[in-house]
Amino acid sequence: MGSITLQQVRKSFGDVEVIPGVDLEINDGEFVVFVGPSGCGKSTLLRLIAGLEDVTSGQIMIDGRDVTHAPPSQRKLAMVFQSYALYPHMSVRKNIAFPLKMAGMAAAEQERRVQHAAGILNLTDYLDRRPGQLSGGQRQRVAIGRAIVREPSAFLFDEPLSNLDAALRVNMRVEISELHKKLATTMVYVTHDQVEAMTMADKIVVLRAGRVEQVGSPLELYRKPANRFVAGFIGSPNMNFIEGEAAARLGAHAIGVRPEHFAMSTTDGAFAGTVGVAEHLGSDTFLHVELDGGTPIVARAAGEFPVDHGDRIWLTPQEGRVYRFDQQGLAL
Amino acid sequence: MARKVTNSRRWTFTILAWGVALLIFFPILWTILTSFKSEADAIASPPKFLFFDWTTENYAEVQSRSPYFRHFMNSVIISVGSTLLGLLIAIPAAWSMAFQPAKRTKDLLMWMLSTKMMPAAGVLIPMYLLFRSWGLLDTRLGITVVLMLINLPIITWMLYTYFREIPSEILEAARMDGASLMKEILHVLTPMAVPGIASTLLLNVILAWNEAFWTLNLTTSRAAPLTTFIASYSSPEGLFYAKLSAASTMAIAPILILGWFSQKQLVRGLTFGAVK
Repeated sequence: MGSITLQQVRKSFGDVEVIPGVDLEINDGEFVVFVGPSGCGKSTLLRLIAGLEDVTSGQIMIDGRDVTHAPPSQRKLAMVFQSYALYPHMSVRKNIAFPLKMAGMAAAEQERRVQHAAGILNLTDYLDRRPGQLSGGQRQRVAIGRAIVREPSAFLFDEPLSNLDAALRVNMRVEISELHKKLATTMVYVTHDQVEAMTMADKIVVLRAGRVEQVGSPLELYRKPANRFVAGFIGSPNMNFIEGEAAARLGAHAIGVRPEHFAMSTTDGAFAGTVGVAEHLGSDTFLHVELDGGTPIVARAAGEFPVDHGDRIWLTPQEGRVYRFDQQGLAL
Repeated sequence: MARKVTNSRRWTFTILAWGVALLIFFPILWTILTSFKSEADAIASPPKFLFFDWTTENYAEVQSRSPYFRHFMNSVIISVGSTLLGLLIAIPAAWSMAFQPAKRTKDLLMWMLSTKMMPAAGVLIPMYLLFRSWGLLDTRLGITVVLMLINLPIITWMLYTYFREIPSEILEAARMDGASLMKEILHVLTPMAVPGIASTLLLNVILAWNEAFWTLNLTTSRAAPLTTFIASYSSPEGLFYAKLSAASTMAIAPILILGWFSQKQLVRGLTFGAVK
């Protein structure tokens, strides 16, 4: 079991309100990702759930139990930190066994669980090493091992992949997703990387300045962003926004079109512009275009598209793929 | 880019460094040499450097006149005792200031340090009277507690700087792993800070060993450490330089040897946090 409920959770540091009041429902077994730009309060929200920070007001329930004022050790949660936070003076075996030792578990059972976790995470050959003798990816696995041996009701991940290089990050992303399928335990995962959010989450919570902007499945957020912020944050490259006359014609303050939703032509179309930079990747072509009104646009064509710096180009949004936003940025 | 050092420059600096080192060490060397002279040679003018009648009679004399071993044991008990007692108080204090800082933590730290700037003589009379009415004069317990209090700011400051270098995420991980506060300090913080705690311990043992103001004023015989033992050889009837030197040599020898074997730890302790 591992359902987590936040009711009007607020957090202030002195006079600064970091979380102005969050309501959130995380179901048992779900993979929930908190995503947002840095400083949006996503890590703080995770630390409030963990119990590493005290809430200013509101209520946190885990499996229906009020844990608002319970210390971290009594919440049955396990956490994986950005810096791995391994105990440098202990071997990998002792690191993984530490929570079991703290729980007063018998030595034989500790060893059995450590072996089991090490087996899942390919760490069996490294159990007698110190964290300092491991690579970044291995350290991350030890941190995960330390989390899974306790069989917690939920896992909390605080930007666990941001210290790894790009290739390893993709591997670990897949490994964590597989682990989630295998364990079927609730996972709450914080990241600023929307690609991680889109690829891993069952449910994404988009945060800005401590407020929940939108909650939904990755494709819901992609297809129906509630406002301009979510629309701009989800999707890569970012959604293009066009204001002024073109938007007014559609009865909006601004319209948004994703780079992949433009039809391109070198002869005619809805918006005319000049190519600034053309990135030819083979599988895709990304064009950085300046429209005649001065608006910068990024457009993506599948496959190869033979234009270059200074060429004229016409972009036409695909039917039904134009998002409209009002003055406040809310979707119309 | 590494700076190029010419040969002549290297020699100049080597000679200069040796010169300064010798200058600093000279008083100790002179004390040791004097301890092997007769009283007449000790005050000879011009002073005799190496060519005198070497004798060990001063050591024998000092041994027979006062119980060196008792003073030595007092020094050990007082310096080690005050340091351990100080660590017991300073570890939790430094933990709280390093990891749970409050608004006034910085002020508190500065205030603690400021007590070290107070002239000790200013509080001697009240301290003496307190000691007298509590029956603590010339007791090991009394002087141990006083030296602990004197060095507590330094112990706390040193540990605080060490603890600050430990990432707080590791302690948070321990908390998530179900460690209570005591277990967190015992199993995670203390083992990680062992090098820091060791150099703090060493430095404070040395400071307490060398402390003379309070030991001279608050002890006379039973609890008197080696500092009092040395002072007893500078008497109103006249100075006995050779015997005074023998007593001094015997008093500083243990701490000199300890310092020599732990110099790596000490240097690390004193420069820790200076360079990240």
